[in-house]
Amino acid sequence: MARRSKARTVTDDTVTAWLFMAPALILLLLFLILPFFMAFGLAFTNQRLIPGPIPTRFVGLRNFQRLLDDATFHHALRNNFVFALVVVPLQSGLALFLALLVNTRRRFITFFRASYFVPTVTTMVVVAIIWGFLLAEQGPINAILRVISFGHLGPYKWIDDPHLALPAIIMLSIWQGVGFQMVIYLAGLQGIPPDLYEAASIDGAGMWQKFRYITFPSLRNTHIFVLVTTTILAFKLFTQVEVLTQGGPLDATQTIVRLMYVIGFRELKVGYAAAITVVFVLIVLLISLIQRRVLVEEREVA
Amino acid sequence: MLDAERRWGMRRVRRATGGLHMLLLLFFAFVFLAPLWIMWVSSLKADEFQLLTEMGTWRIFVPSHPSLQNYFDVFRRMPFQRFFLNSTIIVTSIVAAGSVVNSMAGYALARMRWLGRGLVLSLIVSLIIIPFEGVAIPLLLIVNRLGWLDSYRVQIIPFIAHPFSIYLFYQFFIGIPKDFDEAALVDGASRLRIYWNIILPLSKPVLATVAILQFLEYWGAFLWPLMVTRGFEYRPLTVGMQTFFGQWPREWGDIMAFATMMTIPTLVLFLAFQRWFIQSVASAGVKG
Repeated sequence: MARRSKARTVTDDTVTAWLFMAPALILLLLFLILPFFMAFGLAFTNQRLIPGPIPTRFVGLRNFQRLLDDATFHHALRNNFVFALVVVPLQSGLALFLALLVNTRRRFITFFRASYFVPTVTTMVVVAIIWGFLLAEQGPINAILRVISFGHLGPYKWIDDPHLALPAIIMLSIWQGVGFQMVIYLAGLQGIPPDLYEAASIDGAGMWQKFRYITFPSLRNTHIFVLVTTTILAFKLFTQVEVLTQGGPLDATQTIVRLMYVIGFRELKVGYAAAITVVFVLIVLLISLIQRRVLVEEREVA
Repeated sequence: MLDAERRWGMRRVRRATGGLHMLLLLFFAFVFLAPLWIMWVSSLKADEFQLLTEMGTWRIFVPSHPSLQNYFDVFRRMPFQRFFLNSTIIVTSIVAAGSVVNSMAGYALARMRWLGRGLVLSLIVSLIIIPFEGVAIPLLLIVNRLGWLDSYRVQIIPFIAHPFSIYLFYQFFIGIPKDFDEAALVDGASRLRIYWNIILPLSKPVLATVAILQFLEYWGAFLWPLMVTRGFEYRPLTVGMQTFFGQWPREWGDIMAFATMMTIPTLVLFLAFQRWFIQSVASAGVKG
């Protein structure tokens, strides 16, 4: 009798559980899984957003061959890599530094933590526009540069200068994003057992030695998480570029996602944009796989 | 004597590092707050010529002749209230519907035994990796076929189910002792009742985390609304702001007034729920 009722609850659970899962699964299937696989199919066709006179057909690797010859795509790819190579170490390093700076108990420390985090809750479109103002030719950043260099530097036309547009985008991206990583590092710092530091103090370790031999290695998983999320974010670069420079001047700030948007949405070439999507997805998946690999190795070592 | 001298020296060193520490804290507070302060001050400068001549001097920090004229101009030139309403409708719908849909999925995964559970769980975990940008173009094709362009639903429905939110709920629910639902099951309560009356009321921390992360993501959404809205009717603030920014001649005073009004709600929410915001991000890092 008891056994039978138990068996019934188990089977009941299977039906109920699928009903609980159903709304999420149906939505994910339609709006995430389906388009994800569609990208791989569309990349081999000449599909357009609005059906034109040319019928949609299979074109083999033509889209990918075109990508290989597309100078704009090369610029975009290079910009994303440069952006990642500069932003990832700078932003992560600054985030760790800020986390160390606010990881104390002194008066007003919550004020400082909050103020470093404020740019993160500010919408990127607004951030881009504020920085457009700060970087204007007669604006405050050029003024500061002029003063500290005794009039030797500037004024620069930051967002209109092909050499300075990407550095400007890098600057504002770090300003907006660093608070997020700081909070993650702060959580990591607070997870380090305090007795490690006490033991080190007894052994006569200084501040730098404590950082080098306790803090930095203890944050290993945090480092991996921060590095991977920042790298992926670097490849998603779009909003600040679209608002401030529209990829210019001379493709100096063109990015993969922006090119995908321009080709797929403005030029209506969905097939070609899907090929760019595939390249983008492969880059992001590769980064994520490397992260998982490293984390698994970490677990095996531990 | 020597000992006292050394102690005095140590105290001086400590005071010096304390001073340096405070100096660094203040420097970075300036770096992160000054741009927002400048945005607000500039929005109060009605005279565009004055604003432009002051932008390269220290007067950029001072509202010399404060006026709300720029704010009136924004409302005259743009349907700001419409953009604001649209953003509010879209984000609250995503957060409200998402909280239910994702927590139900998390509940099934964490607290029921059923056929296919392991498979579905690993599917959800692997879906976390897929970035929205990786599906945007095919999704545009889908919603275009569905005839959803220029609507609220096109900006809401695709974002309700969210693998990472499901995972956060799953993680939280797994930590609640099993006796909670077993006792209720013995009393004859249905699963739906247990979920709604017992589990959800216990889950305020994770509900807040998910709501805050979703709010931050969709209040700032830009790429998708740029592609799926044409007129002003369904446009959110971000796209409205960009349109306004692109209008020539550029009136920085008006632009800053728009930007300030757009930033105030997020700042107020952040100041009110500061601790929650910071915890949400930290937990996203720890669990991701």
